[in-house]
Amino acid sequence: MEDAKFKAILERHGRDPANLLAMLQDIQKEENYLPREDLVRLAKELAVPITRIYGLATFFKAFSLKPRGKHICTVCMGTACHVRGAPRLVEQVEREFSLKAGETTPDRKLTLETVNCVGACALGPLVILDGEYHGNMNAAKLDKVITEVKKG
Amino acid sequence: MSELEMGKPTSFRVNGHEHQGVVGESLLLALRRLGYEVPSLCYHEAVSPYGACRLCLVEVGKGKRRKLTTSCNFPVQPGIEVFLDTDKVVAQRKVILQLLLAQAPEAARVKELAAEYGVSDTPFEKKQGNACILCGLCARVCREIVRADAIAFSSRGTTKEMDTPYREANEACIGCGACVFVCPTDCIGLKDENGIREIVRWHRKLPLKKCAACGRPFAPTFQLNAFAAQIGVERTHFDKCPDCR
Repeated sequence: MEDAKFKAILERHGRDPANLLAMLQDIQKEENYLPREDLVRLAKELAVPITRIYGLATFFKAFSLKPRGKHICTVCMGTACHVRGAPRLVEQVEREFSLKAGETTPDRKLTLETVNCVGACALGPLVILDGEYHGNMNAAKLDKVITEVKKG
Repeated sequence: MSELEMGKPTSFRVNGHEHQGVVGESLLLALRRLGYEVPSLCYHEAVSPYGACRLCLVEVGKGKRRKLTTSCNFPVQPGIEVFLDTDKVVAQRKVILQLLLAQAPEAARVKELAAEYGVSDTPFEKKQGNACILCGLCARVCREIVRADAIAFSSRGTTKEMDTPYREANEACIGCGACVFVCPTDCIGLKDENGIREIVRWHRKLPLKKCAACGRPFAPTFQLNAFAAQIGVERTHFDKCPDCR
């Protein structure tokens, strides 16, 4: 991460180790994942052991230590979505971008993730692209979403 | 039990016998001092209790209520009644030993305890190789006693593990081997070979310092320098091994 951005995040949270989690969230927002050099630098700047930061970063599912794509496609695999064909949707994205769920394309365009229920079962099967919820998904509608991603 | 009462003398009962204790103190520590035997793997009186191995289970009663709890992280309180090795405790401990036996089938201390309770085999799926029972004692010693903070838990649930960050050697590790010493399942591993100390599980290799007098390699140079800085003496203070000093 750029030096200025990193410092801004530190200052925003008053360089207080109590705000470690918020800082990690800000870094992830900026970079889409938690780069190793940023975590090491955070440990140095806050005088917090790297073990504690690493422990936090791996504890929460919301954090990723691996680089993620520009777009993040999350397919709900909760019971309701599952029975309405979510596995087929996952396969469709996997096929289109030649990756497996949990992976990122080599050009870092897209990360495919699955989640066990987002609590919108009435809309299932559900696909979330960059925070936008697409309900009642089917192969044709997903195809449109895929085209969008491939374009930009 | 209020903050004000912490550290005050009090009395409590164990298996019907009246005993004196200190409010807020670890119940396990108090019981052991009184001469009662309570098994444990993850407890060490030099560090904070964690309640991970669950073996120090006792039944604690207060008023009409009575519950199963780990004694290591249960504070002594006025008027509590402790019951050791009741049917309930023993039954639970057997299950815990079966689980520990599945996690660390080769660990000597686990096998010993299991045999003591008549647990010879486990119905649970046995793990291969990995004998760590995730008790966290090594990390507590590393943080609270050594003050190196080189290892910690990462992830959670079924993927939870004890290791260094990124599973690579951590520069904070001084190679003292305190973690190896306290590990209840001997799963960390320490080797002193050809003037190099290796802490196997933490991927750490450090050259050993040779004694200026007898020439025997006795401790990692890195560790001795860290100690010298901590207690504020010249590095030359540790030139000789403890035998020659």
